[in-house]
Amino acid sequence: MSSPLLEIRGLKTHFATDDGWLHAVDGVDLTIGHGETVAVVGESGCGKTVTAMTVLKLIAMPPGRIVAGQVLYRGRDLVPLSSNEMRQIRAKEIAIVFQEPMTSLNPVYTVGDQIAEVVRLHEGLSRKAAIERAIEMLKLVHIPTADQRVHDYPHQFSGGMRQRVMIAMALSCQPKLLIADEPTTALDVTIQAQILELLAELKAKFGMALMLITHAMGVVAETAQRVVVMYAGKVIEEAPVGELFAHPRHPYTQGLIRSIPRIDTAATHKTRLETIAGVVPKLIAPPEGCRFAPRCKFAQERCVSATPPLREVAPGHKVACVLS
Amino acid sequence: MAGSIPVSPTVDGAATLARNRGVTPWSEAWRRFRRHRLALISVVTLAAMVLLVGFGPWIWKVPINEIDFTARLAAPMLAHPFGTDDLGQDLFARMLYGGRISLSVGLAAMLMSLTVGVIIGAVAGISRGSIDAGLMWVTDLFLSLPQLPLLLVLIYLFRDSLKAVFGPEVGVFLLIVVVIGMFRWMPVARLVRAQFFSLREKEFVEAARALGASLPRQVVRHILPNSLGPVIVAGTIDVAAAIIAESTLSFLGLGFPPDIPTWGRLLFDAKDYLDIAPHYALFPGAAIFLAVLAINFIGDGLRDALDPRKVM
Repeated sequence: MSSPLLEIRGLKTHFATDDGWLHAVDGVDLTIGHGETVAVVGESGCGKTVTAMTVLKLIAMPPGRIVAGQVLYRGRDLVPLSSNEMRQIRAKEIAIVFQEPMTSLNPVYTVGDQIAEVVRLHEGLSRKAAIERAIEMLKLVHIPTADQRVHDYPHQFSGGMRQRVMIAMALSCQPKLLIADEPTTALDVTIQAQILELLAELKAKFGMALMLITHAMGVVAETAQRVVVMYAGKVIEEAPVGELFAHPRHPYTQGLIRSIPRIDTAATHKTRLETIAGVVPKLIAPPEGCRFAPRCKFAQERCVSATPPLREVAPGHKVACVLS
Repeated sequence: MAGSIPVSPTVDGAATLARNRGVTPWSEAWRRFRRHRLALISVVTLAAMVLLVGFGPWIWKVPINEIDFTARLAAPMLAHPFGTDDLGQDLFARMLYGGRISLSVGLAAMLMSLTVGVIIGAVAGISRGSIDAGLMWVTDLFLSLPQLPLLLVLIYLFRDSLKAVFGPEVGVFLLIVVVIGMFRWMPVARLVRAQFFSLREKEFVEAARALGASLPRQVVRHILPNSLGPVIVAGTIDVAAAIIAESTLSFLGLGFPPDIPTWGRLLFDAKDYLDIAPHYALFPGAAIFLAVLAINFIGDGLRDALDPRKVM
């Protein structure tokens, strides 16, 4: 395979806080191939969103700072680019869909105007052509009677519909990579399934790659080809989706998978749902060693003495744990 | 706010549809505005006042400075619908003439203070750190200045040179508008800055940024339109304040020359005769009251009509 679509190398994004530097992303390596779906999972506060925001350089600086690392998009490093150059990348090459569809649309413009704005910005279409494109995009995301709905305001759409509009907006310039930052978290379950289906369908249609950020393992199993598990600002395990669910190596990943509620056993076995004890550590001045060690059942002396590197244990399966 | 939206933005088929549903942004705003009964009455009232002061002097041809001591402080009658003042001059004619100045001073000063306030508030609200701190420092400085003495100094300094350049009426008009505008932008700036602080963190601004909108574009298209609701209301209050500030200046002999009967001027002249000729104060007072009230209601109606979130 030629060079990957997106390659993140040793990325470190830190934030200045009153208590010191917060190491939100602390040495992340991540690769996304052309047309590939990669899921990034981990619990809240483990750096998934910050990683995504860093790729598009949407981090507020200050207080944020990209301390080290490269974000190679088709071999070109995005980190040193100016904000003008980044604007050319956004939406046209890499687009992002946020978690909160209820507030991600500007309440004072019609959805058509908002989609048209993106198109006009990047492709310099006339107003009329841009609105036509907006209608086309709304049809693509299965909004019924798109040619009328295009003139409606965001408040006239439901949450799921708004997320569809957001997706239409993000895809209106046919980006090569779509970052979906927990696109279904704010929606109810039936709508979640529809949105995931839609993403898969559009991905196939446009041949784009998808970076799916989520903390729902069910979503991962359904959509991704490869999974990257993050914990406390680091990648701790990476594997093809089948391999990860069959043979999770890292105790944290094992814990994550065990804490998925299962409909087939819940009824017959009256067991408590498993959880991982403890919380994500504070990311200000993190200690040496494996960051999961304080919560790990198998933690040993050597876990805290040095940070375990990410190494390949099976083809395409990397893990950062001394035990495997 | 919706200024960038042409009335018929769509391709033919969709445009027909849109027209059938009556949802072009302006017609939608107008439909919403009409629902606000008081605002609609206020528009009619204000339009009537503007027409009266605009064209009235050509129809009601009584001169404003015709002194008639036999009809001093006469009560309203057919020859003098609003009565006469202490020199027997026709109050109606004077109010028609003075209303032009009062209304245009009010509106122009409002535009002035809104423009300055919105620009300063927006710049402060979008930039962090020292620019914001500096601008707010200037705002606080202006708020803490003793306004009346400063007004006196400013007018004393610039009146004659402006008069020389623009002539007595235009010169004084410009001076008063600028001076009133310069002393009323601070609340607007603070309001806009506060709005910007909350709006710039909103997801839709972030989304616009993520989709490649530049900073000026984020500000002008996404943040500013969402912050205008309170600004419009503040603007309507400014009109009222400017009309009243103008009358204060006229009273101190620093506004328009005494022979130009602005509403505020008439009111102050009338205060000595409140007990014997209440109509003298009543009519200019009512005119100011009506204008201010109407503008306030229009502001209310506008805010509701231009906010698509509000279901009407």
